Amino acid sequence: MTAVMGSPRLRKEDPALLTGENKFVDDIQAVGQLWMGMVRSPFAHAKVNGINAEPAKSMPGVYAVYTGAELMDMGLWAAPLPCAWPVTPDMVNPPHYPVATDEVHHVGEIVAVVLADSRYEAADAVEKVEVDYAELPAVGSVEAALTDAATAHSDHATNKAFTWALEPNPDGVNDAFANAAHTVTGEFLQQRLIPAAMEPRGVLAIPSPHGGDITMYTSTQVPHILKVMMAATTGISEAKIRIIAPAVGGGFGAKLNVNPDESLALTLANKLGRPVRWTETRTEAAFSTHQGRGQRQKIEVAADADGKLLGVRVHLDADMGAYMMLITPGVPLLGSFLYTGVYDVPAFGFTCDGWFTNLTPTDAYRGAGRPEASYAIERAMDMLAQKVGITPEEVRRRNYLGGGDAFENLDVASTLTFDSGHYGPNLDMALNMAKIADLRAEQQRRRDAGESKQLGIGLCTYVEICGLAPSRALAGLAYGAGGWEAGTVRMLPTGKVEVVTGSTPHGQGHETSWSMIVADKLGVDPDDVEVLHSDTAISPLGLDTYGSRSLAVGGVAISMACDKVIDKARLIAAHQLEANPDDLEFESGRFGVKGSPDKGLLIQEVAYGAFTAHNLPDGMEPNINEQMVFDPPNFAFPFGTHVAVVEVDENTGETTLLDYIAVDDCGNQVNPLIVEGQVHGGIVQGVAQALFEGAEYDEDGQCKNPSFLDYLVPSAMEVPSIKTDYTYTPSTSNPMGVKGVGEAGTIGSAAAVINGICDALSPYGVSDIEMPASPMRVWKTIQDAKAGA
Amino acid sequence: MQIQMNVNGADRSADIEARTLLVHFLREDLGLTGTNVGCDTSSCGACTVHVNGESVKSCTMLAVSANGETVTTIEGLASGGEMHPMQTSFMENHGLQCGYCTPGMVMASVSLLKENPNPSEAEVREGLEGNLCRCTGYHNIVKAVLAAAG
Ligand code: FES
Ligand code: FES
Repeated sequence: MTAVMGSPRLRKEDPALLTGENKFVDDIQAVGQLWMGMVRSPFAHAKVNGINAEPAKSMPGVYAVYTGAELMDMGLWAAPLPCAWPVTPDMVNPPHYPVATDEVHHVGEIVAVVLADSRYEAADAVEKVEVDYAELPAVGSVEAALTDAATAHSDHATNKAFTWALEPNPDGVNDAFANAAHTVTGEFLQQRLIPAAMEPRGVLAIPSPHGGDITMYTSTQVPHILKVMMAATTGISEAKIRIIAPAVGGGFGAKLNVNPDESLALTLANKLGRPVRWTETRTEAAFSTHQGRGQRQKIEVAADADGKLLGVRVHLDADMGAYMMLITPGVPLLGSFLYTGVYDVPAFGFTCDGWFTNLTPTDAYRGAGRPEASYAIERAMDMLAQKVGITPEEVRRRNYLGGGDAFENLDVASTLTFDSGHYGPNLDMALNMAKIADLRAEQQRRRDAGESKQLGIGLCTYVEICGLAPSRALAGLAYGAGGWEAGTVRMLPTGKVEVVTGSTPHGQGHETSWSMIVADKLGVDPDDVEVLHSDTAISPLGLDTYGSRSLAVGGVAISMACDKVIDKARLIAAHQLEANPDDLEFESGRFGVKGSPDKGLLIQEVAYGAFTAHNLPDGMEPNINEQMVFDPPNFAFPFGTHVAVVEVDENTGETTLLDYIAVDDCGNQVNPLIVEGQVHGGIVQGVAQALFEGAEYDEDGQCKNPSFLDYLVPSAMEVPSIKTDYTYTPSTSNPMGVKGVGEAGTIGSAAAVINGICDALSPYGVSDIEMPASPMRVWKTIQDAKAGA
Repeated sequence: MQIQMNVNGADRSADIEARTLLVHFLREDLGLTGTNVGCDTSSCGACTVHVNGESVKSCTMLAVSANGETVTTIEGLASGGEMHPMQTSFMENHGLQCGYCTPGMVMASVSLLKENPNPSEAEVREGLEGNLCRCTGYHNIVKAVLAAAG
């Protein structure tokens, strides 16, 4: 049998997706279903004086219209929607119910709900609901929030929600800056991003009146977390709730939440005894689904005369939006540990203030805090290189942890222990692939010739925190849950293998990868492995998929469950072969007796024997059904080097990405095909932040670009093919040596692209440009620089 | 109102509201849920089907406008249990992850090659401009289309 692990195996998920057979939430029908239509506030901040639902109630197909106050009176909720990450004991957390009653705090907040027979009728009736608002002053940006001129919640005296600090060595930081030969300060805006998974979120809750239970299909990354949270906030028994994430069309963090619509569908279906459903429209998603990023960053770097880092100091003003959702306040903290990047930084300090605004809440979006951190330190390193007068690669080399050599279990200034790293060769490989010398020569040629299209080479060497997370580390951060993952491997009587995972894939190909892990371990055909997931009745134990955790925690749990399967099977085989268990060798799916090549049993034969239970060791339970819950001892820290080659047209300001080189290291790989896909997609999402995307708001908190007409998700036209390669530095955090790769591309790419643009424009004296670097913004920056020069 | 059309080789008729979009007719009246909806501004192409062999965004067309026409959806692309070469090429080149954009992307790619059997990489990228994918970064989609072109 050829090696399974590390081979580019085609995905078993694909045929059903390619033929349209798969069912997303909106594809599922339920007899007697009612469509929810949401009446949403057009104002960012307003008093709700009254609602007249009568005109809507008489519309065709309308079953009921409930105002926020009526819904509250129905007693649907035991508690507000949850925030699982109260980052400080005194964090301000205004109650966030699925509907507003007296006051709305962002555009799109729900004030009333229509239930109708069809989606069209629900939409029509929403139009007829009359709401009397009295507009209040809105906080339309984090800058406005800082002034407290208006407060996002009228009963708050300040917009500040919390101050969180990570200052392990404040004296050291002060000394570093006092003794520095060079300091640089970068102030960056991480603009708000609309996650825009291609499948809009949707939900369908189906009560079973006779069983007293309720099933909710929802487009989520986190059915398990949702089940606990729904029980806790609705008062419906956890044991009565079944959550199913059917085919899910991408998530990127946007489907890692507990949303008003989900709570409404569940509680209304439960109350009315009718299936209740809703699917967001794309434009609605700018208000009904949380957004990403939304931070003002200030990073200060102190270095000696050679550019060797002495200290890094960071302050963030983070835009929470109107409410704390599931992990809203925790997102900047996830980044806090990465502001020292891949560098040996003697002293580090980080503070973050969280601020309420009257905007859609922020929360996790691909990378969640870590792309922001990587961006800040990698931009600052380029600024430092310029100041010291050395190349970007040289400033990095001088500062790599471990001197760029291989290391394991290394304590870093941000208080974490990096599992493993080997940065030097990774950088070399990327520079070679990019043909850096040729690029620089071409850049010089264009500059000398005074060409209008300037070349820029942008470098980023990133590290990320994956494999969320050791439960005790989460406790230290005041996170309200653990970070383990569960996996079950059961041998079926016919020799097939059934795997149950607590991970919840939505494009990552876990069915394929988990099959490969099992096939490799048990010596069976990957096609004989069936992976069950994403349904709390089938997979009762799990903590789902986010934070590049699935392989490094969930996949490892599967691998370790396989070890338990082998252990039990070995005892059965030994018993049946009348051999000592220690005298059995397990290879390619067969237990053979050492020294007697003919004597042996296939694992499938053992499985059948375990099922019949005719001849088991005394006291052994029949069947082979092994569960492992893996709580990782440490995070995993993948890293990599990205090079963006950009062409900037100084006449139009347009940036073209000519080439993109990515050398990533995610430790050992299970399926390189899937790794590569994750890298590609991640890179384009980061490139999109650098060049195209950003949710724009006016000062009244109105989103100016909620639809795909104005919010520029890049198409195939805007991005190039990507050159990828890998180094392989196994993690010490798990027995498989794997790290995680879902967010890596995004974490490396925004900084690489902007570094490239700044490199292209350096002859004009440009040292920074805000994201997204639209043609207009680039052109204006060039003009301003020319005028200033 | 009453409409009839040939969908994936079968004559289908139904009584629908005049404002029903083709995509909703296909999905909700005929149960052909392979065609997806990704936006409300004709921007994403998730809903791409073929009407009389031409690629059409079925969210931009009323079902009544397709009255009497021949429609092919993703469910009609495979034949005799065999996937269409474009579907196979997407699989072989890992041109899909979550699969939500995929039916539209495959339908658009099939008609792209019909119009231009030997496209360059740039022509593929341009030809798929109306179809958004959030997962793949397009690299492997472009590779799949080029491979299918042979
Ligand atoms: S759903 Fe038709 S173009 Fe987006
Ligand atoms: S594969 Fe997910 S949107 Fe294209």
